[in-house]
Amino acid sequence: MEFHSFLIKYGEIGIKGKNRYMFEDALVRQIRYALSDVDGDFYVHKCHGRVYVDCNGEYDYEETVEHISRVFGIVGICPVVRKEVKEIEELKKDVVSYMGEMYPEGNCTFKVEARRANKRYPMNSMEINCALGEAVLDAFPDMKVDVHNPDVRLNVEIREEVYLYSEIIPGPGGMPVGTNGSAMLLLSGGIDSPVAGYMIAKRGVEIEAVYFHAPPYTSERAKEKVMDLAKLVSVYSGPIKLHVVNFTDIQLYIYEKCPHEELTIIMRRYMMRIAEHFAKKDGCLGLITGESIGQVASQTMQSLAATNAVCTLPVYRPLVGFDKREIVEISEKIGTYEVSIQPFEDCCTIFVAKHPVTKPNLERIEKSELNLTEKIDELMQTALDTTETIIIGQKEADSF
Amino acid sequence: MEVYLDNSATTMCYPEVGELVYKIMCQDYGNPSSMHRKGVQAEHYIRDAKETLAKLLKVNPGEIFFTSGGTESDNLALIGCARAGRRRGNHLITTSIEHPAILNTMRYLEEEEGFRVTYLPVDAAGRVKLDALKDALCPETILVSIMYVNNEVGTVQPVAEAARIVKQYNPSILFHTDAVQGFGKYRIWPKRMGIDLLSASGHKIHGPKGVGFLYIGPNVKIRPILFGGEQQKNIRSGTENVPGIAGLALASKMIYRDLEMKTALMRELKGRFLEGIKKIDNTVVHGLTDEGSAPHIISVGIAGIRSEVLLHTLEEKGIYVSSGSACSSNHPSVSGVLKGIGAAREYLDATLRFSMSEFTKKEEIDYTLETLYNCVPTLRKYTRH
Repeated sequence: MEFHSFLIKYGEIGIKGKNRYMFEDALVRQIRYALSDVDGDFYVHKCHGRVYVDCNGEYDYEETVEHISRVFGIVGICPVVRKEVKEIEELKKDVVSYMGEMYPEGNCTFKVEARRANKRYPMNSMEINCALGEAVLDAFPDMKVDVHNPDVRLNVEIREEVYLYSEIIPGPGGMPVGTNGSAMLLLSGGIDSPVAGYMIAKRGVEIEAVYFHAPPYTSERAKEKVMDLAKLVSVYSGPIKLHVVNFTDIQLYIYEKCPHEELTIIMRRYMMRIAEHFAKKDGCLGLITGESIGQVASQTMQSLAATNAVCTLPVYRPLVGFDKREIVEISEKIGTYEVSIQPFEDCCTIFVAKHPVTKPNLERIEKSELNLTEKIDELMQTALDTTETIIIGQKEADSF
Repeated sequence: MEVYLDNSATTMCYPEVGELVYKIMCQDYGNPSSMHRKGVQAEHYIRDAKETLAKLLKVNPGEIFFTSGGTESDNLALIGCARAGRRRGNHLITTSIEHPAILNTMRYLEEEEGFRVTYLPVDAAGRVKLDALKDALCPETILVSIMYVNNEVGTVQPVAEAARIVKQYNPSILFHTDAVQGFGKYRIWPKRMGIDLLSASGHKIHGPKGVGFLYIGPNVKIRPILFGGEQQKNIRSGTENVPGIAGLALASKMIYRDLEMKTALMRELKGRFLEGIKKIDNTVVHGLTDEGSAPHIISVGIAGIRSEVLLHTLEEKGIYVSSGSACSSNHPSVSGVLKGIGAAREYLDATLRFSMSEFTKKEEIDYTLETLYNCVPTLRKYTRH
């Protein structure tokens, strides 16, 4: 079957009152972004409170649907067949041929749901329903009408053209990116943080990211791996501004001056401080981490509290109640898993103590940090000054 | 200063080779199987390449077969001969320190095709134990494969002695050598040494990547492992990689020009490096340091620093080296070769391979040593507890 358009169904956007146009505009923008690297001539537009993707000429159906179905805010994608508006006898033929092609077994229950946006059409919706239902029944003796719980809801919309559709491909849900401000993701090379970014982006939040690079302890490949992960997340979230911070000197200084078992916690506190610096600079409204309670020593309730204490922005931890297995499932679904499991060391593990503290005491940690007074400000400033910023996932057609 | 000391991973292409490859790709691009003049011209490049290599190895041009590189040559030699010799027996012998192209192919023959494989142990220098070879030979043995130079620690294997032992036991057992690290560093004459099959690769000798050859002696029964247009006497189907083959031949010709002078120079630099490295405490040089080791490979364990960290530290100073063997460095697993030679535990994860070429200069060695003197003490301060 050749489809000429896609009707985009969106859920939560519909209830946003006066801001609705803003959500719809964001949705249109994100669909355009998602389709910008698909071959074909696509026209994404709002029309009578709906969003359509019109496909002019040839295009690859599978690829197009795959790209559209990555756009947050979409709950369903309906492939549409468009026909010229004709008098009812001709319309019956179009509908019968549509049903014949879509349901070749011809033994389902169905219901016709006509809508007449074009009020010049000489029949009302009810009359159209009856006429078309009858035509389908005549053509396919094994099909039955069921108005309450049909297998197939055949939508017939009469506009400037007639739109026929009956299938819904599920979308990812959520809200279009760009409708909920932005937040700074602490992105490591692991499994969790890309998933955390994905989940916050799903709620319409634009994502920036910060990665802590520790040469020579972490390799150039570890950095490339993080860039690859950011790229995979950007497929859903749109372009990501990635800040690559050289963290080595801070890490070594902490190693020299602080108790070894507190190293990870103190290190994470400095990571949060740096992430917050860039977040505030770019107007982000929160930080995002992939932490999950109790997963490792630095993610116990006590450790999270100790890390959290240095932040003034809210820290969002969308995976906080997830088990590793659940996180892995999402990462497989969004395609980051394969990259995440590449074996490159990241900066969190290079000096990890055999027995790190699992119940850090905030006062003790703060006291240990006093050992750093002499040089830490200078080292922090150098780290901030030498941070490299890379935009990941920018497409040529971004100018929409 | 940029210092490339990873020549066992791959080498810079000779500019002359690059130019020749480019010319053949863009001008003399014919298919050697074509009937017309452009095809004939391409065929000439291949004929000339076979003659060049045959002359260097003192074999016949018809015994040279071109492949996509060392890995394919090894696969063709082992799988092709094992399958062709199955009726004579099902026993194969190799060493425990071969390149993965041999080890994993042997494992495949063992697990999927029902051959029995003996993996010979090595001594502390990384040299295969010939007594073990004598013990392993049996009436079912059909093929023995022993590498020429070990790629991780540089030990030269007693290939001629091993071949003699094999042929004395039973002249119809085939002897293969993976000479990827030895070709271009030693004058290897298969017929005089009792070698029936020899693998080599282009990009280890300043030639192009994606091309290599397998010498197949006159009495070898071998079956193809690729099927197609029956090129190269149906031993290796597929349109010949003419630019690569011509490039490989030119690189071979060039690397063997003044070979003795070049290797003497590398030995001198190696000695200088070994002398210099002594000044760093808690270090070890794996394998041999005399003539029993290849002139271009130096494997050094530096206790207390993970090799990857030292590698990246040197990288920042413009020095490129390998940790263990570059071909397997993607896997963080510990080197089987170092374990095989019984290296102490603290060196297993703390060994770097420095490998030189004819382009390596004294200043580069000195700079590398100087850099090591500077960074090793600092790096040793920060260790994992």
